[in-house]
Amino acid sequence: MIGNLAGVLFDGIAYGSLLFVISIGLSVTMGLMNFVNLAHGAFAMVGGYACVLLMTRAGLPFLATLPVAFAAAALAGIVLERTLYQRLYKATHLDQVMFSIGLVFMAVAATTYFFGPSQQPVRLPDFLRGQVQVAGLGLGAYRLFLIAVVALVTVALHLTMTRTRFGAQVRAAVDNAVAAAGLGIDVHRVFGVTFALGSGLAGLGGGLGIDVLGLDPTFPLKYMVYFLLVVAIGGAGTIKGGLVAAMILGICDVAGKYYVPQVGSFIIYFLMVVLMIAFPAGLYGRRA
Amino acid sequence: MSGGAAAAGRALPGRPDDAPALPSDRWRALEIAFWLLVVAAFFVFPQHRVLGSQILITGLFALSLDLILGYAGIVSLGHAAYFGMGAYTAGLLAVHGWGEPLSGLLAAGLAGAIAGYATSFLVVRGADLARLMVTLGIGLMLYEAANQLGSITGGADGLSGVAMWKVLGLWSFDLAGTTAYVYSAVVLFLLFVVARRIVASPFGLSLRGVRENVKRMPAIGAPVARRLVAIYTVSAAMAGVAGGVLAQTTQFVGLDVFGFPRSADLMIMLVLGGAGRLYGGLLGAAVFMIAHHLLSDLNPIYWQFWLGLLLVVVVLFARGGILGAADTLVRRAAARRARTR
Repeated sequence: MIGNLAGVLFDGIAYGSLLFVISIGLSVTMGLMNFVNLAHGAFAMVGGYACVLLMTRAGLPFLATLPVAFAAAALAGIVLERTLYQRLYKATHLDQVMFSIGLVFMAVAATTYFFGPSQQPVRLPDFLRGQVQVAGLGLGAYRLFLIAVVALVTVALHLTMTRTRFGAQVRAAVDNAVAAAGLGIDVHRVFGVTFALGSGLAGLGGGLGIDVLGLDPTFPLKYMVYFLLVVAIGGAGTIKGGLVAAMILGICDVAGKYYVPQVGSFIIYFLMVVLMIAFPAGLYGRRA
Repeated sequence: MSGGAAAAGRALPGRPDDAPALPSDRWRALEIAFWLLVVAAFFVFPQHRVLGSQILITGLFALSLDLILGYAGIVSLGHAAYFGMGAYTAGLLAVHGWGEPLSGLLAAGLAGAIAGYATSFLVVRGADLARLMVTLGIGLMLYEAANQLGSITGGADGLSGVAMWKVLGLWSFDLAGTTAYVYSAVVLFLLFVVARRIVASPFGLSLRGVRENVKRMPAIGAPVARRLVAIYTVSAAMAGVAGGVLAQTTQFVGLDVFGFPRSADLMIMLVLGGAGRLYGGLLGAAVFMIAHHLLSDLNPIYWQFWLGLLLVVVVLFARGGILGAADTLVRRAAARRARTR
């Protein structure tokens, strides 16, 4: 039982890390531009498919495809941001929701058209397969790797936001975009770069997640609720909130499916409604 | 004296013509033409009456969403929750031996209203994002609940064996959908009149005030939360009736009545037609479902792609949907005429 508990906790943290790396971009862009982007999962899907294609068609090893997944999703992000998204920053939330659902539909249909509706395979390198014995517990090697990568990403993200000039500009723009622009910060450029960075991280998460979440054309719809949850529960615009929310979600989801499988996904939806009522602006949100 | 205000019987003596007034409640020619079209479709397309009744039911569902989205500004991604409540209520009543349609419909509406009232308190607090998540969560929760309670709802297989009695003891539901079409059309029209009355009332005006500026409404003495709870309950009841009509006319209830795609499609129809105009939902439902009927025969994947593209284009270039675009065209033409004169 205790062993089980530790195992569930471990799997939950791994799952939560994955949710975090995919959703953090959504959280920051939502805090920055107040844009409800339901299409965020589509960027994760771009990364995932970039990984699979490079592995199966070009024969690259799994680890080498991850930077490409980041780059491909970031590129898709910046192109869409400059051409379409930026026209809608001032639009109503309803318009933004409809626009991004439209993008999701197009992404799902186009992916099905080009790559078929089936699950995509991933071939992990040998050292990431099987289990590692840690203090008498068999932990999945890949999940350990996942947690390590996400920990690195989180630290890098934290340092970027707190120690660099760009991070200071982002924080200023989140707090008050008008005042930031008045101080000579090119808010437009900050928006664009942040959007690309967030999309890139989603793409990285999509690539990392193929083994855990699976990858098929309905990916953006299937996990949309989870990504939105991380943002809504954590509070838009905060990295800490996103991390805490992703961990809560990951652990609760894994524990719920392990201990009470007959209730299914009910737990996560219930948790979401309760948390949204208790914290309408999220755990760490500043805006009511 | 302005004709419209006088005819509506609300003009105060000595009131200037340009004083703010309640929206005119008179039926316009275009509106009458619209409802004549509904009647005409019954005779012109006798082989498509089943599809026709589906459109009318979805139109009613869209109308219910319009009340909260278009008028009160509540963005909901889980309105199917109340549709499903109504559908299962009407379906279960009939399965367990009470197949009388009209009272079943009343029960469906009541079930929707109770569910709506109970959840409205969760929905009206919080901003757009929180509302989006809460409505989404309520819908998903009910879907899971219906899925797990297989012994009552039939689970993923759906609820079959819905045996309906004759409507008013005269007309039984037939395979060609003749009774279903008339039944749906009458229910839709009656509830439409109710909705039309609501939005033209002072209560309806206060909803628009909430939509336009939620901070200023309390300052003029309007209880925002109470108004929103009221309209949310009415809207949920209407959605429940729509679900009930679907269950009764198809004599089957599937799990998909609670599904997220139903809520999302509904919002798409409403935005496509034009939210906040009552007719937008009806028009959007008709266009959406006819297009779906024609295009999905080709390939469901193409349908999804074009639908997505259409949404993006509507949001970028045609805010306000079909009716909004029509309005803009009419106004432009009028401006041109004024200039040439």
